[in-house]
Amino acid sequence: MPEFQPVLLANIDKPDSHTRKVYEASGGYSALKQILKEKTPTEVIDLVKASGLRGRGGAGFPCGLKWSFLPKNHPGPIYMCVNADESEPATFNNRILMEQDPHQVIEGSIISCYATQASTAYIYLRIEYPTCYRRLEAAIAECYAAGYLGKNILGSGFSLDIYVHRGAAAYICGEETGLIESLEGKRAWPRIKPPFPAVEGVFRKPTVVNNIETMACVTHIAARGAEWFKSIGVPADPNNPRDAGSYGPKLYCISGHVNKPGCYEAPLGITCRQLIDEFGGGVWKGRKAKAAVPGGISMGLLTEAELDTPLDFSSLGKVGCLGLGTAAVTVIDETTSMIDFLHNTCRFFAHESCGQCTPCREGTHWSLSMMERIKAGKGRLKDLDLLLEIGDTIGIIPGTTICGLSDGAAWPIKNAIRKFRQEFEDYIKETNPTGYTVTEAVPALVPLTVH
Amino acid sequence: MSSQRILTDEMIAEIKAFFPRYPTRQAVTLPALHIVNERLRHVPLQAVVEIAELLELAPAEVQDTLSFYGYFKQDKPHGETRAWVCRSIACALRGGEEVMRHMCDRAGIHQGETTANGKLTIEAAECLGGCDFAPCMLAGETLHKDLTNEKADEFLKKAGV
Repeated sequence: MPEFQPVLLANIDKPDSHTRKVYEASGGYSALKQILKEKTPTEVIDLVKASGLRGRGGAGFPCGLKWSFLPKNHPGPIYMCVNADESEPATFNNRILMEQDPHQVIEGSIISCYATQASTAYIYLRIEYPTCYRRLEAAIAECYAAGYLGKNILGSGFSLDIYVHRGAAAYICGEETGLIESLEGKRAWPRIKPPFPAVEGVFRKPTVVNNIETMACVTHIAARGAEWFKSIGVPADPNNPRDAGSYGPKLYCISGHVNKPGCYEAPLGITCRQLIDEFGGGVWKGRKAKAAVPGGISMGLLTEAELDTPLDFSSLGKVGCLGLGTAAVTVIDETTSMIDFLHNTCRFFAHESCGQCTPCREGTHWSLSMMERIKAGKGRLKDLDLLLEIGDTIGIIPGTTICGLSDGAAWPIKNAIRKFRQEFEDYIKETNPTGYTVTEAVPALVPLTVH
Repeated sequence: MSSQRILTDEMIAEIKAFFPRYPTRQAVTLPALHIVNERLRHVPLQAVVEIAELLELAPAEVQDTLSFYGYFKQDKPHGETRAWVCRSIACALRGGEEVMRHMCDRAGIHQGETTANGKLTIEAAECLGGCDFAPCMLAGETLHKDLTNEKADEFLKKAGV
């Protein structure tokens, strides 16, 4: 493969990279102009299908296929929701795109709306990103001024409005139907599917929900073609008809115990170790890695021995992780306690469970309570089995919840305890030498005093 | 309940400017809550009633949404500065919780509380997406990067604590 050149991050270091002027100086919006002149919406869907682009938000669903689920010849309106709720811990690639190169995202969004014939797009942006909000609002205003948004865009007959809709600090709004409910002004409780958003989404109309980075990829597919995109990354396994391949450039975040935390662009399929050593500057303080989170904490854990796993859509499952997720790697060095790590992830999910499904609401809170107990030196070996029982029974994979939040809560529990069980057992025995073998039920609640 | 109106004409105009963006009034709930919250630093129950009236909803519908998000305070305003110190994994691995403890000690408050002079509220945040600058904190619209105790002290001084 020829030397890889960043595409998604190509412009971010230029002065005023967030302005239309700078974006257009390097060819920005020429793809949009060409698409509107030369291609029908169906042809754009076919182009994106042919590129093999899979959604960058975490689930990796083929983007063109998602678009093709929209009903044919629908009278409209059709809505586009651009998911900028980026809340998966350790993930910040969308922030970089929106802050440093918002026009790249908007151009892709306009092209995607043209393909799907959406007449309104809402960028659902987390409240934690105020700079992104300013930059997006300014970029959208520049687009209206240039005739890239509004009525009859560039004389094509296609009209589109884009609005930024700000969330209110809830992780669940990144789940596409939670996002839809939140956008409608309700509590962000995910919906039971079907109906899928493509059939009945926001305001009960056909809706597509796509991630910010996915939109940026669409811009480049429109500019450079499907073949270019498919020439990057990992081809589909010919012996596995269910593998849709891992094509294109990807923004990898690396954080935690490395020398150079940051967001880096590489072809899909680089290994976790390559990312740590070649981009992250290696593990900090001359230490060794003990483990790494492969794609946001929902995806579980890689052990040091598993760091050569490629960060693509199909490899992480082979080592027991949930998947590629957001491709946000967090490195954990050899001095870190896995008890502290698991306590932190359990606290996150207990805080962010929306409370709608009982297994998730109760499971995440009980797992936090148990981790609190273990951390405080009152743990029992039995707690590890109880934690695993929770891990194995919450989520859409066992089939007990509406959305995947609790699969994300379950994976760090399952991976941390199964891959580092000895450390947990040693800690429990050491900190609770007289009680670690106790197996009797611990009272769930302090009995209420009734007067 | 007080009969005095809380929403100013300016706030009402700003809320109404959102109406054309959505096919339903209910979708303006979050924008309206943000508009009120940005000015009052909380959304009192009376404001909920007035927002509901504007959006042609029952107050309970607005309250239901508000209470789902931990973001909006209701009983009293947060401090002039609201500091969100990240506690999620990337920051925790690089000393986020230690900085949080230091800040609370210096400010003489617990996490989630406001200083007696009303200048500062310190809260724990889940991932702020600033992991390339961990540990970090969001205060107002500013992301404070690569926090240390010294930087935190400087911040506290500027915030009037």
